[in-house]
Amino acid sequence: MSTQHVLLGLLAGGARHGYELKRAHDARLPRARPLAFGQVYATLARLQRDGLVVPAGQERDGGPDRTAYALTDEGRAALEHWLSTVEPPVPYVASTLFAKVVVALLAADVDRARAYLTAQRRAHTARLRELTAVKTAPSATLDDVVAADFAIAHLDADLRWLHTTLDRVADWHREVHS
Amino acid sequence: MTHLEARGVVKAYGRTPALGGVTLDVAEGEIVAVTGPSGCGKSTLLHCLAGILRPDAGEVTWRGARIDTWSEAARSRLRRTEFGVLFQFGQLVAELTAAENVALPLLLAGTGRREARTAALTWLDRLGVAEVADVRPGEMSGGQQQRCATARALITEPRVLFADEPTGALDTLAGEQVLTQLVRLAREQRTTVVLVTHEPRIAAYADREVMLRDGLVDHTGLGLDTPLAGGHR
Ligand SMILES: Nc1ncnc2c1ncn2[C@@H]1O[C@H](COP(=O)(O)OP(=O)(O)OP(=O)(O)O)[C@@H](O)[C@H]1O
Ligand SMILES: [Mg+2]
Repeated sequence: MSTQHVLLGLLAGGARHGYELKRAHDARLPRARPLAFGQVYATLARLQRDGLVVPAGQERDGGPDRTAYALTDEGRAALEHWLSTVEPPVPYVASTLFAKVVVALLAADVDRARAYLTAQRRAHTARLRELTAVKTAPSATLDDVVAADFAIAHLDADLRWLHTTLDRVADWHREVHS
Repeated sequence: MTHLEARGVVKAYGRTPALGGVTLDVAEGEIVAVTGPSGCGKSTLLHCLAGILRPDAGEVTWRGARIDTWSEAARSRLRRTEFGVLFQFGQLVAELTAAENVALPLLLAGTGRREARTAALTWLDRLGVAEVADVRPGEMSGGQQQRCATARALITEPRVLFADEPTGALDTLAGEQVLTQLVRLAREQRTTVVLVTHEPRIAAYADREVMLRDGLVDHTGLGLDTPLAGGHR
């Protein structure tokens, strides 16, 4: 999962300090590993180097930890690009899918999140169909079938989540922004 | 000439609307999944296409002929000859053995007993349940029953097979085995299949997927309804 993009998403609503970003990250992505402070600052430094965020003022009595960061136009564009990119449908992309929907809801609106979910569902469905064709081919060996089954089971789990989340996304958006 | 087609099909049960104007084209030899949440109208659409239910409005055509206006007798003849139907619970006749159940459609069509039994045994074998030929449904597992029901649906070599959650009552492995057989046989014989399911991994056996929502085709899933590039038929 891309911590850089999640931080960009968390900054979409306005400038924030590093410790606020860590809190927001851990609260919004409760299943992800908690972010270490060191990782937050290292990521912010990389984002700043690439011109995606800029320091936006310091609290008077604060050290470097008290610097707030804000998105640049390039940062906003990078976030938008990430949100509109479908993840390759391979097993174990679930946490990235989850992060993208959370960030879409925070940084944009329900339609943005829905558009992403629908595009991702299409990519997953196409891959699932390809893998199923592989295993139903008359020439399929048991090796093929077992390997395809592994990928199918994981993609199927993602797909079920994509389907139910599409139905829940409006309620979820209301909750996130209340 | 289109193969099987629904045009603006509307159906309600009393005051409960089930289909609000569904248009769908199914090509010969195509395997189409009809998906969508519970209550969206999948089974109703399947019943309308198969001539079991008559739509309130709209048309269903089969090889250019409007079948929704046909008499019950004519539609039921069509279901015995050109169409095969398979439901979630096989609906085998409890008093008959597997072989007798599978032979039934042929006997109804006037095939001789011996010939019908030979064909039934062949089909039970194709579905991997030759060993239950002389067993009654009550003594078979759910998976064995469903394979028998599949054999019975396919024995007349229908041009269209209508399957409504055919693996809904089976565990994952049994369901996959039944479907794999069904899809292989359908492709071999160029049987058209309309497969109703609410499960993505079952829908993935089809060439394309038509999603229903509240009795209408849901186009937001745009792209699911195109066959795989290159196809595999
Ligand atoms: N025999 C019936 N009498 C009255 N209402 C019915 C009847 N059959 C279906 N309905 C209603 O018509 C609508 C569509 O039902 P249908 O059975 O076609 O849905 P479905 O998509 O097959 O659902 P499921 O996935 O649960 O099988 C639902 O609102 C259902 O309650
Ligand atoms: Mg149904």
